[in-house]
Amino acid sequence: MKLETLMEVNAERAARRPVIVVTDIANGEQRLVKARDIAADPLSADLARQLRMGKSGMVEAGGKQLFLNVYAPTARLVIIGAVHISQALAPLARALDYDVTVVDPRTAFASPERFPDVPLIAEWPEVALPPLNIDHYTAFVAVTHDPKIDDPALLHAFARDCFYIGALGSRKTHAKRAERLKAQGASDADIARIHAPIGLSIGAVSPSEIAVSIMAEITAELRLPKAAAKVQAA
Amino acid sequence: MLNRDEDILQAAENWQKAGHGVALATVVETWGSAPRPAGSSLVINDDGTFLGSVSGGCVEGAVVTEALDVIASGKPKMLEFGVADETAWNVGLSCGGTIRVFVEKVG
Repeated sequence: MKLETLMEVNAERAARRPVIVVTDIANGEQRLVKARDIAADPLSADLARQLRMGKSGMVEAGGKQLFLNVYAPTARLVIIGAVHISQALAPLARALDYDVTVVDPRTAFASPERFPDVPLIAEWPEVALPPLNIDHYTAFVAVTHDPKIDDPALLHAFARDCFYIGALGSRKTHAKRAERLKAQGASDADIARIHAPIGLSIGAVSPSEIAVSIMAEITAELRLPKAAAKVQAA
Repeated sequence: MLNRDEDILQAAENWQKAGHGVALATVVETWGSAPRPAGSSLVINDDGTFLGSVSGGCVEGAVVTEALDVIASGKPKMLEFGVADETAWNVGLSCGGTIRVFVEKVG
């Protein structure tokens, strides 16, 4: 790989933009395709498919064996609520290679003593979230149980195409939340994107177990084909 | 702390800029129960220092040796490892999978 190509890959990744390196494995010839250039590329169908699956792999084109190496951005987890569950969720998500940020305007909750080594933002979601540049490669969970904090955060997540959105609360709590969010302009499709009650149904009781069920659900959403993810979560 | 792919590629860039010979080894194809998916990579410099992995640790030693050759020659190489190799328990995959690893020089 040429140094210029490597530097470009690293720069795109630092900016959280997907990039694909196409290598002719017969001679090592290489080119880099940025996400925004995929549509106009001769290999657009193959490139788009591999990127959607987040998978690298071999394709044959024009009699050449080409390796498409997909570099998708590192998945992030944004947690609204510096609560007990979050204390278990943050380190678990980091062990699963997520970049984790915790947001909670209540400084008694959002304290470094409770969240050692985790980026904490002790601000309201309206202030904390826009600078985070939340994108498709972000999982978003709202676990404060406080509509004043969770609701504006969820509205922000809808606008940012997060691959996973989850919110803590029983079916009853969630029904009330859905009404409130719709009154603030959310669509039925937005509401349908919320995983609530949050997490896979594994009988989780303790904060750590709930954290496992949430990360299992996020993993399923990230890795399983869309239809299968719904079945698993049901 | 595990090295993530971007840390690995950043290390490759840093080593190269610091004047090291550097090679990048990438899993391009897998069959059976291969331990790491296509796209997994390992970077090696001319000190023999390496980061990342292309298998569960089974074939890294052999990949590093080949990569030092690639750094010296500048020519890319395709390596294949599988349990059917005579050397299965030395540099094969005990899990029964097969992997192809593309090794190329950086720079």
